[in-house]
Amino acid sequence: MSIWITMLGMAAVTFLLRASFLVLPPGMKTPPLLRRALRYVPAAVLTAIWAPELLFSGGALAISLHNERLLAGAVAIAVAWRWRETFATIVAGLLALHFFDWLL
Amino acid sequence: MPFDRSAVAAGVRGALPVLLGIVPFGVITGVAMVASGIAPLAAMLMSVVVFAGASMVASAQLLASGSPEALVILATLFVNLRFVMYSASMRLHFAQAPLGWRLLIAYLTADNVYALILGRYADRPDDPSQLGYFLGAGSLIWVAWQLAVLAGVMIGAGVPAAWRLEFAAPLVFIALSVPFLHDRASIAAALAAGLVVIAAHDLPFRLYIVVAALIGIAAGLACERRTA
Repeated sequence: MSIWITMLGMAAVTFLLRASFLVLPPGMKTPPLLRRALRYVPAAVLTAIWAPELLFSGGALAISLHNERLLAGAVAIAVAWRWRETFATIVAGLLALHFFDWLL
Repeated sequence: MPFDRSAVAAGVRGALPVLLGIVPFGVITGVAMVASGIAPLAAMLMSVVVFAGASMVASAQLLASGSPEALVILATLFVNLRFVMYSASMRLHFAQAPLGWRLLIAYLTADNVYALILGRYADRPDDPSQLGYFLGAGSLIWVAWQLAVLAGVMIGAGVPAAWRLEFAAPLVFIALSVPFLHDRASIAAALAAGLVVIAAHDLPFRLYIVVAALIGIAAGLACERRTA
């Protein structure tokens, strides 16, 4: 029984967050400061999602040359910066991960 | 609400490379949910009604450790708080669409779709083709995600860990975020967010994402003001 309540709660919470601003009346203006602040949301949020996967290992900070995920991530960032291709970035990152895994 | 087919096709094409990261992440999410003791049917239903991978992985971990429902729902709230910011962003693009379309857009707004729309339409939020683009990209990602979760639910723990496909998830986010680093202010926002992640990583429920976002945004605005 409890899994259904949990599921319903999760679904409601998630949808309300997604709908929050979108359901406001169309006539309402977005304040200029909010509009400017929103420009930095993708850079900040998307970075905060991937950064821990590279910087942490088993819950501990792992900024070292022995962290193969950090090295592979650096390769992926370089590829993304140079070519801006999602496919190339993912393939390069996975290959680099296996390479550094084998090397270290 | 009219939208042209070529825009839908462009959205589908735009989302194709992104599937390379979504599919492994979906499979991993399905595996994690079943491994935490959720019945396969319930796991699949959850994937459809919640449709937010990171929060489902987090919930699976909490459910496996016997956490109460209220805590799991609260964790979902925090992990998904970023959707409020996405919603505010999407409003700049879709405020004029009828309410029904906006509700559908809200449901389909995921990290990848959001990044695709911003990557293409950030400079022209009034472009009429973006509804079609959103629906093309959003539907393809939705279908691919559900099939991937289904595969994960069915194979359970059968994916060889040696493939290290779990690393595809952060790689998608790297690929999506780097194109946004196009000026000093957005690089400052990303760097500040990264530093906050290091400092605040121990906060419960992935709250560091919200803190990093707020401080990153503040850093971007501060940098913009100084150079302006």
